[in-house]
Amino acid sequence: MKQLVNFTLNGETVSCEVDVRKSLLEMLREDFGMTGVKEGCGVGECGACSVIIDGQTVDSCIYLAVWIDGKQATTIEGVTHEDGTLDPIQASFIDAGAVQCGFCIPGMILSSKQLLAHNPSPTRGEIRRELSGNMCRCTGYQKIVDAVQLAAKRLDVEPHARAAIPFTIEK
Amino acid sequence: MDKKKIIGQAEQRWDAIAKVKGQASYTGDFPIRNLLHAKILRATIAHGYVKHYDITEAEKMPGVVKVVLPEDIPATPYATAGHPWNLTPEKRDIEDRNMLTRHVRVYGDDIAAIIAKTEFQAQKALAKIKVDYDVYPVYLTPEAAMAPDAKQIHEGHDNVLGRSKVGYGDVEQGFNEADFIVKRHLSTPVQQHLHLENQIAVAYQSDDQRWFCLSSTQIPHICRRIIAQANGLPWSQVRVKKPFIGGGFGNKQDVIIEPLTVALSRLMGGKPVQLALTREESIAYTRTRHAIDFDFKIGVMKDGRMTAIDCDVVSNQGGYASHGHAVGGKGGTFINALYRADNLRFTAKTVYTNIGTAGAMRGYGMPQLVYALECAIDDVATQIGMDPIQFRQLNHQPDGYYNQFGKTKQRDFRIEDCLVKGREAFNWDQKLAQAQQKTTSTKKYGVGMAAFAFGTAVWPFGLEVAGAHLIALPDGTFKLHIGATEIGQGADTALSQMAADTLGVSFEAIIRDSMTDTDTDPFDTGAYASRQSYVGGYAVKAAAEKMKQKLIERAATTYDIRPEFLDIVANQVVYATDGDLVVTVKDLVMASYYDLATAKALETHASVNIHNNSYASGCSLAEVEVDVATGQVTLLSLMNVHDSGKIINPLLASGQVEGAMAMSAAYGLNEGLVYSAEGRPLNNNMLDYKLPTMMDLPDLDKVFVETVDPLGPYGNKALGETPTCSPAPAIRNAVKNAIGVEIGKIPLTPEVVYQAYHQAQATVEGGIADV
Repeated sequence: MKQLVNFTLNGETVSCEVDVRKSLLEMLREDFGMTGVKEGCGVGECGACSVIIDGQTVDSCIYLAVWIDGKQATTIEGVTHEDGTLDPIQASFIDAGAVQCGFCIPGMILSSKQLLAHNPSPTRGEIRRELSGNMCRCTGYQKIVDAVQLAAKRLDVEPHARAAIPFTIEK
Repeated sequence: MDKKKIIGQAEQRWDAIAKVKGQASYTGDFPIRNLLHAKILRATIAHGYVKHYDITEAEKMPGVVKVVLPEDIPATPYATAGHPWNLTPEKRDIEDRNMLTRHVRVYGDDIAAIIAKTEFQAQKALAKIKVDYDVYPVYLTPEAAMAPDAKQIHEGHDNVLGRSKVGYGDVEQGFNEADFIVKRHLSTPVQQHLHLENQIAVAYQSDDQRWFCLSSTQIPHICRRIIAQANGLPWSQVRVKKPFIGGGFGNKQDVIIEPLTVALSRLMGGKPVQLALTREESIAYTRTRHAIDFDFKIGVMKDGRMTAIDCDVVSNQGGYASHGHAVGGKGGTFINALYRADNLRFTAKTVYTNIGTAGAMRGYGMPQLVYALECAIDDVATQIGMDPIQFRQLNHQPDGYYNQFGKTKQRDFRIEDCLVKGREAFNWDQKLAQAQQKTTSTKKYGVGMAAFAFGTAVWPFGLEVAGAHLIALPDGTFKLHIGATEIGQGADTALSQMAADTLGVSFEAIIRDSMTDTDTDPFDTGAYASRQSYVGGYAVKAAAEKMKQKLIERAATTYDIRPEFLDIVANQVVYATDGDLVVTVKDLVMASYYDLATAKALETHASVNIHNNSYASGCSLAEVEVDVATGQVTLLSLMNVHDSGKIINPLLASGQVEGAMAMSAAYGLNEGLVYSAEGRPLNNNMLDYKLPTMMDLPDLDKVFVETVDPLGPYGNKALGETPTCSPAPAIRNAVKNAIGVEIGKIPLTPEVVYQAYHQAQATVEGGIADV
């Protein structure tokens, strides 16, 4: 059985006839080509498929596609600016060396974006708690925590001044 | 004129932008028209034989294209281990498996497959296949599988699949001379890689009528060979491409799903077929780190000098040989690499059982050996009342030691520097002294440490070849083709830094590719053994030196200057003495494309066969708090100290170290795949298999004792795997320091620690807790 869903995807109004059994993850990847949304477990354990829905991070693998009707969804593809430049959070992940295999990174960045939206200057402990639903096997998480702290500092200043804030580790 | 050093700089990894944008395409991200989907039917017993399949209902399920039984595809036995092919038949990996099998040797064995229009339809249809088994006894441990009446898991083959023995001197004599003898039984759990991207492959017949496989593999060239062997195809008729990979850690150094994926496409007349494993399948039915049991016996004098080391190893292989005895036997050359003792005996055997098949995992037997060795060594230090760092300083091998088993002189072997640096940087003496003061009636505090030595690449035990190819592009940049495999560790970036450094151009002037292609990239055996920046480094260096020579020769001819006067610095050909500009690399290369009279493409190739090995070393220091009321161990801090020669990229290097420390800390504290008495995996998901989350780890400290290795291509040696060796035993030794109990197994879960502590309280004489 299929159902029509209308929603906002990365700022654009879209619609889709979707099998009611499909997950949001499957719909985003298969019907909208949003392959930045990754499946690591398919059952809501690892966070690789994280997307932001109406201001909350959600594991899109255990969120039915039909539930998105009328809502706003942001994927990693919607974090990159319209002109192709990077969001300060993305740039901070690069500068802090937080990227290795990269499979968890889209989910990590979305969770970080959501964290910083409601807590602009989190402590390392707060970052570790807030991002604990996103798993990574490559990094031991340390440089991801560094990246979020760096992003917080950069988001705290005017855009033109951000690039001048270098990566230094604070603990 | 000063050259800008690119080696040693924290250059930004070239693939990071694509990864933070979600633009990086992994195997499952490529659009492929008319893709069919396959799922594997998994055995629901761990040992037995499929007498009969009833597929009538499954065939009628919506979307099902074909139900595939073992008889439908080639049945040539093959080996999955990602080792280079060996021209000597008796040295090859054991060819003990088929792509699909009626003989069930592990729970979840691949007994049939379904191809359907969608993955969901294939999954639904699997449940409709009825299977009738003959059920055999299940052997979960080597001990059970070695019992005299045990059934052969592979008919005609003893359940002990490999044995080895090395040593020197006379250990019995050594024990006779010793003041003390310490015996320890130490065991390790089944660890799983848990790369975030599960195994996935797509296969089809390409327009040249060959067989194409896109796969998440660490070893594209070996993957091509094994696909061909399993399918009975000429090797040239298979082409493998590897895009971005979501981690591997050795699991993708086994060719697990690719042969079957190609076989299924062949059954479909070459239509594209995708086989993607679920997380549950990837954890339970691919490969694991071998669970190994060690019996150590060490003789020691009161002054701390060791007289004899005896180590007996039993490695649990699981149902198929995979990397087999290469892992369990590896420890034999690494006890003596680290410690002196006039008498040494190392005996090992690897045994087939019916648990999940073990294979390569980051460190390849070393995390097991170092855990056991460093627990035993530490207990010896405790026995004679010597500071554990001092004990290791007294007994470690000196710089320049000739390792007769590894047939290698351990040049620039800096373990002493690591131990000295570790003591100082960790504040060992102060923390050790404070341990008693900080301890309360319920919270015990302790510190511990462990050391290791580690070879780089596999020489002299295996082939070490690598290749590189450079093409000068019209704007003065260079396309670098390498067979080495980027799997997230940053090899591409490190190798690009090497090329830029040798050429005299900027890092940005080197262009890499996310795809490795067995048709166009030079032969390299792949990502394993911490070999790529070492062996691959020689290849890149050779190709870059040749390119530099070609550029200088062209400039010398064009500008009528003797070549020995010229150098390349910062993308310019200059006079070496004063840096005067002769021509930019850009203008020089442009002319090599378009100058009517002299244009001739600038390309260089290099292939190397490396016959040396540089030994890395290091140590870990850990600080823990143990709640004896619950058995909970809290890791307060962890430091790794490494001698890995020259650090090519400090940011990437520290990232590698942190990730590996986390993997080893969790090996010591949380991780372990467990099985029911029937051999069924019980925790093959990311909730019950305790992969650490961000909250489970402290910040991790790391120190590099940086030297320039005299042999490494850029002074570098192993780093990718070395940090997984010593954190787990350092944590175990810290727990010992805290609670005074020498626990003989990991992971140190609250249950294990609680029982060990309370059992030791009950039996005052203590000794090793057998829990």
